[in-house]
Amino acid sequence: MKLSIINGHLIDPSNQINAKQNLYIDQGRIVSIGRQPEGFTSDHSINASNLIICPGLIDLSARLRERGQHNTASIASETKAAIKGGITTLCIAPDHDPIIDSPATVDLIEGQVSKAGQAHVHTIGALTQGLQGELLSEMLALKQAGCLGLSNGPKTIKNTLILRRAMEYAATLDLTLFIKASDPWLQAQGCIHEGVVSSRLGLGGIPEAAETIAIARDLSLIEQTGVNAHFHSISSGKTINMIRDAQNRGLPITADVSPYHLHLTEHDIGNYDSQSHVIPPLRSTRDREQLQQAVKDGIITAISSHHRPLDNDAKLGPFAETEPGISGLESLLSLTLKLAQGEELPLQQAIACVTQNPAQVLGIDAGHLSLGAKADICIIDPKADSECQPENFISAGKNSPFDGWHFDYDVAYTLLNGQIAYQKG
Amino acid sequence: MSHHQLTESGQLKHFLTIEGLKRDLLTDIMDRAEQFSSISGRQVKKVPLLRGKTIMNLFFENSTRTRTTFELAAKRLSADVMNLNINTSATSKGESLLDTLHNLQAMHTDMFVVRHNQSGAAEFIAQHVAPHVSVINAGDGCHAHPTQAMLDMFTIRRHKGHFPDLRVAIVGDILHSRVARSQIQALSTLGVGEIRVIGPKTLLPADSQTLGVHVYHDMAAGLKDVDIIITLRLQFERMQGALIPSAQEYFANYGLTEDKLKFAKPDAIVMHPGPINRGVEIASAVADGPQSVILEQVTHGIAVRMAVMSMTLGSRSEQQEVNA
Repeated sequence: MKLSIINGHLIDPSNQINAKQNLYIDQGRIVSIGRQPEGFTSDHSINASNLIICPGLIDLSARLRERGQHNTASIASETKAAIKGGITTLCIAPDHDPIIDSPATVDLIEGQVSKAGQAHVHTIGALTQGLQGELLSEMLALKQAGCLGLSNGPKTIKNTLILRRAMEYAATLDLTLFIKASDPWLQAQGCIHEGVVSSRLGLGGIPEAAETIAIARDLSLIEQTGVNAHFHSISSGKTINMIRDAQNRGLPITADVSPYHLHLTEHDIGNYDSQSHVIPPLRSTRDREQLQQAVKDGIITAISSHHRPLDNDAKLGPFAETEPGISGLESLLSLTLKLAQGEELPLQQAIACVTQNPAQVLGIDAGHLSLGAKADICIIDPKADSECQPENFISAGKNSPFDGWHFDYDVAYTLLNGQIAYQKG
Repeated sequence: MSHHQLTESGQLKHFLTIEGLKRDLLTDIMDRAEQFSSISGRQVKKVPLLRGKTIMNLFFENSTRTRTTFELAAKRLSADVMNLNINTSATSKGESLLDTLHNLQAMHTDMFVVRHNQSGAAEFIAQHVAPHVSVINAGDGCHAHPTQAMLDMFTIRRHKGHFPDLRVAIVGDILHSRVARSQIQALSTLGVGEIRVIGPKTLLPADSQTLGVHVYHDMAAGLKDVDIIITLRLQFERMQGALIPSAQEYFANYGLTEDKLKFAKPDAIVMHPGPINRGVEIASAVADGPQSVILEQVTHGIAVRMAVMSMTLGSRSEQQEVNA
């Protein structure tokens, strides 16, 4: 199938393209940018006038199906949701059901993914067996099975000696470590940022130090072991300074942030709104400003959905008893580009945070629209004037605090392997 | 926040938290409680204000005093009242909080009086009951205990009158205290001159000053020239959480003794929401001494709870006069 996308504004951060350009696709790959190749007759043409063409989004962390969560989310439902969100590649965190700690599980997931036929899915393997933080997983086998990196998911490895050895072994195999940093003792039973709102509502607080202490520990071991590391879902401003200093010292580290930490604060919990219950917790207004600044400054280079689809029941109850998490695949693009509306964050840089940069973190050939590249493409309507309606999410999880938010930018088309996988109705 | 506890005309529909309520409303509650407290002295201690109404005392957490005074208050208003201790009942069988609630609501309940160990539970229940049902928060986690705060305000008003002239110190485990949070909000709303909290840093909430209080760690400085001392119960499990070393050390530092009481004004009153740990947060000599109003607080609890119940349930029907 030959496809042309004409009259659109192409933004491809990897190739520094930010101009009106036509794209020509054949056999799932980009065959020309700009001029129509000789003898090319398109079977289908998308008129992208007033639309933005960019690489398909790459999401560093999503949960598609979890142990212990009795919900209807599946690889099929959630990858379909990803496609609607303009995401063509995503990574499954290892706290999947079953836990991704053996090649057999990776194979199982790959089988389900190819059967679903939606987005490209990569797996992040478990760093320790069963994520128990005690025995190393068979990292070489996981790497050979296709895992792009390793992580202990939401479970911090408490024993620093085991963490050190896990890092050394991962470094031996040149595998990137994905870390969600939190000190388990300081996090304890907390469910909200420790600050003015926790004090007012009488909810258990998670202090900023839960993150800074864990990051400080991990940075020391990263420096010692030389492992490549990526920090997931930074929530506090103080952490940013630590990451920046470590990057300046030459440590091989990168970091991402969730769209919700860039847009919401502890105050959005308001009157115990369980939709804003997330871990790490939404922090202060100042933290949010510092996170936005860190994205602008390039200290945090990726924005990831940290998608967690939950049934309605999981969010029904007194705040602390509800499950943390947000269904984020279908609002990742709109929320990321909302940051570019004030023009403080250039649009091209915002797009890089969900395309080129996460591809670099993963070390994969994706997130760009070079000649010959796989035609995974997101076409964006910058004047979509749409409203976030979680009840209409394709994802099995309708859990979102962004209900009713107004978005200028929204996905108009998603192309996967040169095929139109989603078109806004 | 919590404007949903008021009807469109500004009357109480639920009573979940002091936060967001206006001074006039708090004064109304106390005025009405004054009227009710005279009933307790009568031969027949009943008024027919809530005759035919069904009230469920829904206690997910143990309580004797609060539940009993709510029950008495409901009976004196002529309501039918049921007591349910849920921790031994449905939810332990895996039934969700909402299922329990909807079942009880199906029995034509008009009001739930709720105590729960989770902050925000009363708000959550109020959001999910039928429109005609009222919810009164009898304590939710570490969040709020608004009727306790109002009976404390009532007690303070009876003894001291004008709130703006007063200096109040709350001593002890503010961090885990729903009573303290509601008291601080009520005192602020009523325009008290100064609110102090006294305790070790481990028992004070983060950013305490944003609650509108002055923070002290020392009893001598904190109690200086105060008119009211409110001591809070220290839960014994706080030692396990490494929040304090021992009950003895706590008593030495923050226990209200006759000596420490001398830092306050000579006519200061001593309050405690109960139940008391003698020799931990308060010495027996003070708890039973002439400046203590602790048992009065319990008595006032009935009138204040009658006031709140009649205002919430009565707000949508006829407003009968107490003395009719």
